[in-house]
Amino acid sequence: MKGILSRLRQTALLMVGQSSYEAYLAHLRTHHPEREPMSRIDFFRDREKARYGTGGGRCC
Amino acid sequence: MRDSGLKHLPWIVLAILALSALSFVAGSRGEPINALWIVVAAAGSFLVAYRYYALFIGRKVMQLDPARATPAVYRADGLDYVATDKRVLFGHHFAAIAGAGPLVGPVLAAQMGYLPGTLWIIAGVMLGGAVQDFMILFISMRRDGRSLGELVRMEIGRTAGTIALIGAFLIMVIILAVLALIVVRALAESPWGTFTVAATVPLAILMGIYTRWIRPGRIGEVSLLGFVGLILAIVFGQSVAASPFWGPLLTFTPVQLCWILIAYGAIASMLPVWLLLAPRDYLSTFLKIGAIVALAIGIVIMAPPLQMPPLTKFISGGGPVWSGALFPFLFITIACGAVSGFHALISSGTTPKLIANESDAPLIGYGAMLMEAFVAIMALVGASILDPGLYFAMNSPAAVVGTDPQSAAAAVTAMGFPVSADTLVQAARDVGEHTIVSRTGGAPTLAVAMAEIFSHVIGGAAMKAFWYHFAILFEALFILTAVDAGTRAGRFMLQDLIGLGIPAFRDTTSLVPGLVATLLCVGAWGFFLYQGVTDPLGGVNTLWPVFGISNQMLAAIALMLATAVLFRMKRERYAWVTAIPTAWLLICTITAGSLKIFSADPAVSFLAHARRFSAAAAEGQVLAPAKSMKEMERIIFNDWVDLGLCALFLLIVLSLLFFTIRSCLAARRSDTPLVREAPRQEVAPA
Repeated sequence: MKGILSRLRQTALLMVGQSSYEAYLAHLRTHHPEREPMSRIDFFRDREKARYGTGGGRCC
Repeated sequence: MRDSGLKHLPWIVLAILALSALSFVAGSRGEPINALWIVVAAAGSFLVAYRYYALFIGRKVMQLDPARATPAVYRADGLDYVATDKRVLFGHHFAAIAGAGPLVGPVLAAQMGYLPGTLWIIAGVMLGGAVQDFMILFISMRRDGRSLGELVRMEIGRTAGTIALIGAFLIMVIILAVLALIVVRALAESPWGTFTVAATVPLAILMGIYTRWIRPGRIGEVSLLGFVGLILAIVFGQSVAASPFWGPLLTFTPVQLCWILIAYGAIASMLPVWLLLAPRDYLSTFLKIGAIVALAIGIVIMAPPLQMPPLTKFISGGGPVWSGALFPFLFITIACGAVSGFHALISSGTTPKLIANESDAPLIGYGAMLMEAFVAIMALVGASILDPGLYFAMNSPAAVVGTDPQSAAAAVTAMGFPVSADTLVQAARDVGEHTIVSRTGGAPTLAVAMAEIFSHVIGGAAMKAFWYHFAILFEALFILTAVDAGTRAGRFMLQDLIGLGIPAFRDTTSLVPGLVATLLCVGAWGFFLYQGVTDPLGGVNTLWPVFGISNQMLAAIALMLATAVLFRMKRERYAWVTAIPTAWLLICTITAGSLKIFSADPAVSFLAHARRFSAAAAEGQVLAPAKSMKEMERIIFNDWVDLGLCALFLLIVLSLLFFTIRSCLAARRSDTPLVREAPRQEVAPA
């Protein structure tokens, strides 16, 4: 049940361009441990810009 | 052996069920049938198609390789390239492809009865639309997640890539114009609707401020607050509309709304994204998904009978909603939901960068499109549960049915769909509107149908007006988001294209090129919007077919790319998978485009129409609906612009056909595959 809810939450967030912050942190920890990761809020803004800056991919 | 036979058994049962439902739908005459028959026929067919055809394409045609790393794996950066759970990605992809298109096209197509639209959606998606989305996703996934323009350039050639980009930009312009037109038609003379939709602007700005400074990044929270605001706006809108002061102040003519939308598009697309675009996108996305789910549940609970006949006399042409006969015009009227070229841009957008494993591609590429087709089926059901008299009174241009209930009832009854003026007056009163006569564009019709279904489940007749305005708001909300986002996307496409000649234009950070490109883009769709709004036939009549032709043309381009890629992979024995839908789309778009230019019928052809008006103008006559010589000149000018556009579309599609054939022939001559995929890398050597 908890799995389903968290997946639904993730789906809803990805629909508006927000990929998982946890996945981002995990990626940085394993692949670039020397880099300082963005804060949760900076990550949110970065993803917001990535999605909407060029119009945001969506259909008619 | 016995095991493998047994596992097919449930699917065979399902296939038989779907086929019997389908033959029941197709064979019924007289007695109204229940909408659930269509739902069962569609759902069953889609499941079987997914289980067998999608898997066949994945295994044999594409030879998907679960051991081959996807861009999300070998390029992983935690930002744009992220391996994502396939169910999560399915939702993302579906939300990106499903918009107003699959809701509007089927409603308009209902003028020919429910049968042609149903059959085309089911067959079109299984053999065309879903194949296209799936193939483009596959092609992009094997090439670092590149975009359609780049893919065409890589596999067919540089010139072909540029032509495809020009086509994509033109389609964008037409889509924006036609979507804005739908909003204009839905909100004209409706103070309640106008108030609720206008209220979303300050509401979204408040939400933007909230996510920027008060509680940054709390999307769920702010969306919930926004949703409460929306409901309040709908409830409050009724009193605002009834107020003797605010009511008239918020009652706009179509032309006024047209200018408001153009100004809105120009301003909104230049604001920072967090202020208006992002927060409204939260609302429109979640509301869209919620409304689609609610509609599906509502249809199943209500199980309404279909009032519309399976076929109407308009299959041979002469229908009031849009001109032309079943072939080819039905197949371009329902684009989204059956085959939508625009999806090629989405399937080569963010999705291929997020897909975790090649074996997820059938669910995302083929499956999400089946889901969109299901949305289209629901829209078609919605339009068909209404009294046909009401449907035609709402969807016929004012030039045909007049503007008052008496004239509309008389005109629609004369068409062979008896309806009384009282019924039309009562239907308008039920949904809290002054009038529902000639509310073209599909959105109001769908809103009436949704009000019918939702009020059956929750609230009864008393809630009808609320649900109607809820449905209008839901459609207008995501159309306005699309207008804003589309103008931005169009601006970048234009900067890219102009940049081919003037390199300085490529700079997306400097102010002047951005401003010029934005204004050019708004000016372009604004021109077609204004033309549609002032068109005596209601605009939808003219613009929707042009939109359909352009969208199907893009689909043909995408499928031609897929065919070329199969040849270049040396898998041409499977090229029929993409070549058959390509051929069908080429036949439809080229026939429709040529008829729009060369047909002798002025209702269909821009050229015949322009000639008739020019001849009259030369003799000093003013033809209805023009009221002055100046209006005559404008009609003639518009005809020539539309004609030029159709000719340009034909030119684009024919030149790409030429380049594709050349590319396929070159591939046949070569002994080795010519495809340019990214080098194969094994999935993590653990």
